Amino acid sequence: MANCVSCTNKLSEQGFQKLEQFIDELDEKNGALISVLHKAQEIFGYLPREVQQFVAKKLEIPVSKVYGVVSFYSFFTMIPKGEHPISVCMGTACYVRGAEKVLNEFKRELNIDIGETTKDGKFSLDALRCVGACGLAPVVLIGEKVYGRVTPDQVKSILKEFE
Amino acid sequence: MSKYKMHVLVCGGTGCLSSNSSQIVDNIKKYLKENGMENDVQVLKTGCFGFCEKGPIVKILPDNTFYVQVKPEDAEIIVKEHLVKGRKVERLLYKEPLTNKSIEDSKHMDFYKKQMRVALRNCGFIDPDNIDEYIARDGYQALGKALTEMTPETVIEEVKKSGLRGRGGGGFPTGLKWEFAHKNKADQKYVVCNADEGDPGAFMDRSILEGDPHSVVEAMAICGYAIGANKGLVYIRAEYPLAIQRLRNAIKSAREYGLLGKDILGTGFDFDIEIKYGAGAFVCGEETALIHSMEGGRGEPTTKPPFPAESGFWGKPTNVNNVETFANIPVILLKGADWFSSIGTEKSKGTKVFALAGKINNVGLIEVPMGTTLREVIFDIGGGIKNGKKFKAVQTGGPSGGCLTEKDLDTPIDFDNLLAKGSMMGSGGMIVMDEDDCMPSVAKFYLEFTEDESCGKCTPCRVGTKRLSEILTKITEGKGTMEDLQTLKTLSQTIKDTALCGLGQTAPNPVLSTIETFWDEYVAHVKEHRCPAGQCTALLQYKILEEKCIGCTACSRVCPVGAISGKVKSTHVIDQDKCIKCGACYDKCKFSAIVRQ
Ligand SMILES: Cc1cc2nc3c(=O)[nH]c(=O)nc-3n(C[C@H](O)[C@H](O)[C@H](O)COP(=O)(O)O)c2cc1C
Ligand code: SF4
Ligand code: SF4
Ligand code: SF4
Ligand code: FES
Ligand code: FES
Repeated sequence: MANCVSCTNKLSEQGFQKLEQFIDELDEKNGALISVLHKAQEIFGYLPREVQQFVAKKLEIPVSKVYGVVSFYSFFTMIPKGEHPISVCMGTACYVRGAEKVLNEFKRELNIDIGETTKDGKFSLDALRCVGACGLAPVVLIGEKVYGRVTPDQVKSILKEFE
Repeated sequence: MSKYKMHVLVCGGTGCLSSNSSQIVDNIKKYLKENGMENDVQVLKTGCFGFCEKGPIVKILPDNTFYVQVKPEDAEIIVKEHLVKGRKVERLLYKEPLTNKSIEDSKHMDFYKKQMRVALRNCGFIDPDNIDEYIARDGYQALGKALTEMTPETVIEEVKKSGLRGRGGGGFPTGLKWEFAHKNKADQKYVVCNADEGDPGAFMDRSILEGDPHSVVEAMAICGYAIGANKGLVYIRAEYPLAIQRLRNAIKSAREYGLLGKDILGTGFDFDIEIKYGAGAFVCGEETALIHSMEGGRGEPTTKPPFPAESGFWGKPTNVNNVETFANIPVILLKGADWFSSIGTEKSKGTKVFALAGKINNVGLIEVPMGTTLREVIFDIGGGIKNGKKFKAVQTGGPSGGCLTEKDLDTPIDFDNLLAKGSMMGSGGMIVMDEDDCMPSVAKFYLEFTEDESCGKCTPCRVGTKRLSEILTKITEGKGTMEDLQTLKTLSQTIKDTALCGLGQTAPNPVLSTIETFWDEYVAHVKEHRCPAGQCTALLQYKILEEKCIGCTACSRVCPVGAISGKVKSTHVIDQDKCIKCGACYDKCKFSAIVRQ
């Protein structure tokens, strides 16, 4: 996940080779679909159709099954994330301490909705559930960086750090 | 631990790590070296101390000094004053909020006094990445005892006698579950640890895996021996990278020590553990869905029977237990079932870990004997409500649970009492709410969650939760009718009775448990288009009181949309068309000149 997403957006040949190697080294292909998809998302940053087709072929299962799984789990995404993925914790502890207002402020400042990426590819916005830092609620993650006790009026200056 | 004179324990739980506690460890080591003390003082990065609110935490042994909100630059003074000269750093000591008195010894903190740590026994005491420390605190002794002195049947008997019930939500007797799996004959059986922890606002399973992963590894091996399985699987959320890393590490060192793998401790028993990753679906915490997910498919539940103990992972007998359930097992075998069953209430034995969060002073992770009252938890351990506000409700059981109020404060907490009050134990999330929290909004929050997480397999849940959340949205926007309130009740009951799995069956609980107790609040939204708690933005207006505003301009500077105008030292006004009701100005005005109506 530490991969720079913008350089992996172009689905590199190298990425496919890495994924192929991972699949070939599996002890057991049966039931491995989810771990393969985790690996693929780690390599490419997201799971576009080409990747899903590749996985289906390698695991000898229908593409529809791969798609069924990708669409079922919210961790898997079919659109590339921004250079700085923003996740606002909407777990209950954060919610009761005002996370919704913070989320709305990010939406407004970036002019995108949950699950979207800004046009310049810089930021993407997601809501996630309890990152286990409830003591710091409301919590926002940008990339690997954790912001605690965030208030709506801090949103602007937090975004500025990434400009 | 003997060769060191002192030990510095720095919290390496997720909360404290995110406020830079790794840097504290590095700095302390650096200053110890500068003072030539690196061989006298041991520095450890431990799991969560539970007191996350005041993190990062640094504890010093043997004198039990408890430093709070420590910054990396405080390392210097801790080393130079405390470790070198033996003088405690007063300004970093925890102060009891009521008396403002510094606490010198953490044993005297109200937060810890009423707690009893069984499942969390090692969290905050040992370095989770070092198996020797776990072993030094009796780790793997229970496994040794089971393998050499006990038969599978006597292990099961002991667990049954202890009265341990599943901590994952259902509260099913653990020993009985093991017995079913034991009795089903098969060429292959599995032990599964459910570490999916879906309740948003609960983080005990994560803390156990981060702070004491070996306790789970050991317990799974014991369970394997008891039911006759030699393969274990941990299903863990991919969103828990630190827990995954520590668990992997624990499995690796257990293998190196011959505590996992072939012929464990020379007894001929084989057992190994594999990690499987979840991918962000709440319903996968339900055991049948979890098994489908581990098989690589969509995590949709199937009807029970057959139970996993008959036909689970790849159709083989499978025993699924929660992380905290497992963490109790080694202690039960070592201290005995009688000891364990002496703690707690008649039908709920032992302790329970709760994640205390919300509008409470001491947010954190606590463990108390079953039967402790909500009042003790919230006011004694939790230190009461934040900012002196009034207690309104506490939500337990997450999206499947309900709200308990003032009148329930003296109820002893156990599985059955919480159920009888229309809530449930769940995994142990406890969210405290104050007078500013709007109950229809809370219900809406949970219903939006379940609507989102419904797997869609059965209609009552897929369509029903959607309808419930639509109606609640209408109400919080002031567009609801009295008829809607009736529909909420009847629809909730229908969903409860007809949904296929636990998710749907319990989804209406947040509605049912608030609509009776807070009927007036619901009605105020409908009839008067008013939100008594002042939370529903659609029903609010922010206004500046002319007579109170001194024109300090603080509000206009903080307004994100420039809705406030006014000259310095003269009354300010809010342009209602521009205002997005974010409340920032309200929080900022020091003169109570801004009101919310
Ligand atoms: C919708 C739903 C979500 C659940 N989520 C979890 C969970 O996150 N963790 C867990 O341990 N059990 C969860 N359970 C309960 C499991 O199905 C199962 O009962 C439990 O893992 C058994 O372990 P125990 O007996 O040790 O509690 C969930 C149940 C339902 C219906
Ligand atoms: S109750 Fe909900 S989550 Fe459970 S099977 Fe039905 S649709 Fe799926
Ligand atoms: S912050 Fe309060 S006192 Fe200051 S200008 Fe605004 S309303 Fe007036
Ligand atoms: S509530 Fe928010 S948007 Fe409205 S005036 Fe106050 S600061 Fe500005
Ligand atoms: S609810 Fe946000 S960190 Fe736990
Ligand atoms: S994470 Fe440090 S006390 Fe909980």
